Amino acid sequence: MNPLEAVRLALNTIRTQKLKSAFTLMGVCIGVMFLIAVVSIVNGMGVYLKDDLVGKLIAINSFEVRHRPNINMGDTDAETWREYQRRKRLRDYEVPAIVEVLPAGTRYAVTADASLSMSSRYGGGPRSVRVTGVEGAFFDIKSLEVTEGRLFAPQEYVMGTPVVIIGPDVVERLFPNLNPIDREVRIAGLPYTVVGVAESQGSAFGMSFDNVAYVPLQAPARRLLNTEQSMIDAVIVQSPSEAEMTEAMENVRQVMRMQHQLRPAQKDDFSLQTADSALEFWNKLQGYLVLAGVALPAFGLVVGAIVIMNIMLVAVAERTSEIGLRKALGARRRDVLAQFIVESSTLGAVGAVAGVALGVLLALLMRTVTPLPTVVAPWSVALGVLVGAGVGIVSGVYPASRAAKLDPITALRQE
Amino acid sequence: MSNTIDDIGISTTGERQAVVATPGATPDQDWVIVARGLKREYDMGGEIVRALRGVDLAIRKNEYVAIMGPSGSGKSTLMNLIGCLDSPNGGEYWLNGMLVSAMSDDQLARVRNKEIGFVFQTFNLLPRATALQNVELPLVYAGIPADERKRRATEALDSVQLGPRLHHRPNELSGGQRQRVAIARALVNRPSILLADEPTGNLDSTTSQEIMRVFEELSRQGQTVVMVTHEPDIAAHARRVVVLRDGIVESDERRERFVDRVGIQHATTKVAHD
Repeated sequence: MNPLEAVRLALNTIRTQKLKSAFTLMGVCIGVMFLIAVVSIVNGMGVYLKDDLVGKLIAINSFEVRHRPNINMGDTDAETWREYQRRKRLRDYEVPAIVEVLPAGTRYAVTADASLSMSSRYGGGPRSVRVTGVEGAFFDIKSLEVTEGRLFAPQEYVMGTPVVIIGPDVVERLFPNLNPIDREVRIAGLPYTVVGVAESQGSAFGMSFDNVAYVPLQAPARRLLNTEQSMIDAVIVQSPSEAEMTEAMENVRQVMRMQHQLRPAQKDDFSLQTADSALEFWNKLQGYLVLAGVALPAFGLVVGAIVIMNIMLVAVAERTSEIGLRKALGARRRDVLAQFIVESSTLGAVGAVAGVALGVLLALLMRTVTPLPTVVAPWSVALGVLVGAGVGIVSGVYPASRAAKLDPITALRQE
Repeated sequence: MSNTIDDIGISTTGERQAVVATPGATPDQDWVIVARGLKREYDMGGEIVRALRGVDLAIRKNEYVAIMGPSGSGKSTLMNLIGCLDSPNGGEYWLNGMLVSAMSDDQLARVRNKEIGFVFQTFNLLPRATALQNVELPLVYAGIPADERKRRATEALDSVQLGPRLHHRPNELSGGQRQRVAIARALVNRPSILLADEPTGNLDSTTSQEIMRVFEELSRQGQTVVMVTHEPDIAAHARRVVVLRDGIVESDERRERFVDRVGIQHATTKVAHD
């Protein structure tokens, strides 16, 4: 008997026994459904973190020289943290040496930031805003544009002119229903002139990226950004390609080690943060989450397998005389074996396909009614169908071999 | 038909004895079934039941033979052996020149598929399959492509006057129609023997006669028919009757002799004569 024939026979049996088949499918169906749904949650979180969160904080092919990483996803133990606290801060006089070793075509920016209180005479009381002093190609690297007004002019960087570009949240709070351009705003009491409004950068996990203000690094608020005037928080470097970024990072590492007079055996006392290094912890966590996402629904699949095996054993018992007849008419052992295994794996596969459909629906539903940013992983769909059919095969082997071994005479006599 | 009642039966008894008396020799291709000293014993919980104690039997092509006997005589055991559903403990069984008694399970399955057409007392149709699908079943296991299967199954159903009932399921058919579906299924793979086990056991007498007429017609067309029954008036439809008792052949004779001896007075035997 050819395999197509066996599948057709199996589908026929499933069709004629709708209710029983539906119950049989349920275990596999639910298992696969949760597999798809859980993996889509984990996958969605990953996509969200990579594209929306870290992608916003760290531009493509760029790295940030910092005394310690500013994006920590919970994998910092107390010992590491104490070591971070002891590290030397970055100084502005270290920047020229860094810039010196950057390959041609590389862009860089220097930043220092702090939360400072801002107020205006038009809006409500003082508001805490993330103020970043910037210098160099900051707006180019971050691809940040203004929706109104303008970016800083070169001489404003040099002179440290008290001008500011504010985020949409700040506009809304400090300049309700007003065009803020050319109006005065106070940063920690110091008067600044608004020259531009930055485009919205959205939010992540309920944290807005729009409650921000940018000033030239040398502007009067500089002394408020850090405890010492010469301290800076980051040098941001962006290369035209990933390979050049790696080269730039290596050069910067060497020059930083030299400036900090590190011996070869000593570890770096600064950090070069990339999107990948920021996501390192997530990648590790994602592995465990996917494992859990696969392992927990696997229990459902085990239950599904037991149900299928049970139903197949009942089917073999019920159809003893049919098996006897088939054998009398010329079915060999392997024909009977194939018939029942194909039947059970078809059951499993049909259940898996139903489970995939329901799982995708569940993922879509979660995306619309909950804040979970689910994204269905294509590999989980393939895995679900394969596992479903596999469960069917495995749970069909024992009942099928029982059927194949039946003696045709005894089987025929059974009514 | 050149094979009349007279040249099978008693006139060839000597020839039969010669065929069964030469162990190991491959029978002439004229002989469909040759059993030599066939033995079958069962171990029923330590007690050995000797169902067949040495059966000699030779059946030519185109014979119509009834195997009779009371229950416990071994006729079912003999039928299982002839039908290649079981293997003997001793003796030889040749089917169409093949030594079946030495075959493996899967080889036996092949032989059943190609050489034997079964008709059962309880019809044994698949209840959820249509008449056509039921008749196609042996062809499925013979590896025949779907379109040819359908054509041959339709032909077989036509030949038992069930052409208009192709797509009916067994529960939509009468007992006689069901048995005719089973006969179509038995014949669809053109077997060397049609092997019927109490084919009228579940039918009323009118329907039984109808089925017997089908068998008679098949025999007339050259089909070898072996029928196992415990009813003498059904056995009397065959041209030769073999009676088993206690696991051995008690008598093996022409229908006329059997009828004379047993004294069956049944109107239908006359029908079969014509």
